[in-house]
Amino acid sequence: MFNPISYAFKKAKNEKRPALLTYTVAGDSSKKQSLQILKSISKEVDILEIGVPHNTPVADGSQIQTSSYRAIKNGIKVNDIFKIVKDFKKFDKNKPVILMGYYNMIFQYGENKFLRKCEISGVNGLIVVDLPWPENKKFASKCKKKSIFFIQLLSPTTTKNRLKGIIKDSHEMIYFISMLSTTGGKLKVSSEEILSNYYKIKKINSKKNVVIGFGITEKTIKSLKKADGLVVGSAICKEITNSIKKRQNPVTNVYNVVNRLRNKIK
Amino acid sequence: MKLKKGIPVIDQGDKLGFWGGKFGGNFVPETLKKPIEDLEILFNKLKKDRNFINERDKYFKNWVGSPTRFIKLENLTEHVGGAQIWSKVVSDANGGAHKIYNATVHCLLAKRSGKKVICGDTGAGYAGKMLSMAAKKFGLKCKIFMGAKDIQRQQPNVRAMKKNGAEVIPVYSGSQTLVDAVSECMRYWVANCDKVAMCVGSTVGPAVFVRICGWSTSQISRELKNQLIDEFGSIPKKLKLYNCVGGGSSSFGFWNEFMDYDKKQCEFIGVEAGGPEKSKKHAAPLTYGSKIGILHGAAQYVNQNDDGQIEETESISAGLDYPGISPLHCFLKDTKRARYTAASDEEALRAYKMVTKFEKLRPSLEPSHAFSVAIAESKKLSKDTIVVVNSCGDAYKDRGILKQRLGTKYV
Repeated sequence: MFNPISYAFKKAKNEKRPALLTYTVAGDSSKKQSLQILKSISKEVDILEIGVPHNTPVADGSQIQTSSYRAIKNGIKVNDIFKIVKDFKKFDKNKPVILMGYYNMIFQYGENKFLRKCEISGVNGLIVVDLPWPENKKFASKCKKKSIFFIQLLSPTTTKNRLKGIIKDSHEMIYFISMLSTTGGKLKVSSEEILSNYYKIKKINSKKNVVIGFGITEKTIKSLKKADGLVVGSAICKEITNSIKKRQNPVTNVYNVVNRLRNKIK
Repeated sequence: MKLKKGIPVIDQGDKLGFWGGKFGGNFVPETLKKPIEDLEILFNKLKKDRNFINERDKYFKNWVGSPTRFIKLENLTEHVGGAQIWSKVVSDANGGAHKIYNATVHCLLAKRSGKKVICGDTGAGYAGKMLSMAAKKFGLKCKIFMGAKDIQRQQPNVRAMKKNGAEVIPVYSGSQTLVDAVSECMRYWVANCDKVAMCVGSTVGPAVFVRICGWSTSQISRELKNQLIDEFGSIPKKLKLYNCVGGGSSSFGFWNEFMDYDKKQCEFIGVEAGGPEKSKKHAAPLTYGSKIGILHGAAQYVNQNDDGQIEETESISAGLDYPGISPLHCFLKDTKRARYTAASDEEALRAYKMVTKFEKLRPSLEPSHAFSVAIAESKKLSKDTIVVVNSCGDAYKDRGILKQRLGTKYV
């Protein structure tokens, strides 16, 4: 299946750098502003992850929680998120977009209806934090039929047998959680250790594009640049929160952060 | 969907942990898959291990204080003038509530797994208080997550936790109640699962936690069965077991041993928290027909909006103030083994007043919900019907609320 996510990794590889993935919460701090942020960072970023905010997130640290609660408070609904993606794709139709969220939101919307809307609005991949393997097999194959990547997650606690099974069932992109942490935790293990776990995954199947996320900031991103891709989320959400506090423009401030991140992995 | 006979309900889930094919499961981040699997292996092994069961029973008997009393509420029965009203005084247990059973078992499991720290959530503060007691008893460090709103309204239990050496971590996110405490506790476990054991305070959460809690609280019905036989010579022909239902740990434990009896002989009535009479908010997903959703790792009936955001609840009783409900109760509801209804804040308060007026028993606000329905229904029942209400908590923790709502006379 053709999916612009694969192309984004190929392009980064040709430029001998990891792909840069950003995570922002849809509707943070407003519907309009979250779209503006996506448009402004689009050129600097290879793949955009957009968070579907949920009010009982069991894997998110305080930064992403704050962004999520803010977005929900400002009235974001699932349909608005599809609208944001659609509007963004009108602006930059080739930029891959991944939605990331919790299963209840998809379950309530209805799996099939959700995937149809993904297809129509231009979503290229899905990360469902609390739908692990093997429970996700059925949904993952539904995604595949729509040419949407279902992105499997791996963690340092994933056993070898699970690693093999998950990688076998995965699509072209895999998300490796760097350490035992919720999102945005301080990097509590060395980059060598993270990369050594990363290579264990690559050794099982080198063709899969493996991105590393959790705890990646301007300070830590350079040390992990050997990976296929790196995800920065909480650091960006934090920037939005700080901008609001300081009454500055989140759009420009987020752009500046992303621009600096990009320069660090050139 | 069918309830099987001869197999404990906690073991009636399928391979993926679903009861009736759709309740429960393990909707958890990848990081928790391994620690949950480890806990499953350990629990499945130990629950068949005679030595472990003996150890559990020893602590239940000598430390928790088993059996708790089974008493007839003579004055209340006479006043109501219908069925015989009895109570299983589970609040006799060490610490003053049923939460001690689950806390003890989790600490025993944590010891076996070599973990030195245990974390847990709490709403009314009982789960936290008991976990802090058990942790102290078994030499474990203890961290309790509690909503900031609950910390305010359940001060006596907060003081008890701190006295037992536990660290009480206030949770300021969301509605600042039990739902947020459970989320925060799970997040803490995600980040520390290599060194820390987690205790979920009720029959909720990923399947293994539902099973461990149900297995632990079943002590209540094991005792009750013996006590009924001692009192009546056999299990009465018309028996009705009333219990409040928040997450569902005390009610499940109160009913478990009677599961295989015909419901015409032995009926289960679960009473959820209907919230204030004037409010639309409630904590009664079974009574008011909430849709199935995913909360804290398990599929269950849960209060939520159309988008799938979990809705805020409202109840005078912190222990019942939870938007979801145990997968076990969803299963018992859909198989029609148990019947569920709700009592409002005001009804619970009236029941508390009535019980304390006639009896030397001070049920906390949670079991007061069950008393409310039991009293109302007993009026219409025959004198040979045995109504038993699980008085699963003591009102000491509620003194602030009771003073405010009913005046100092009732504290």
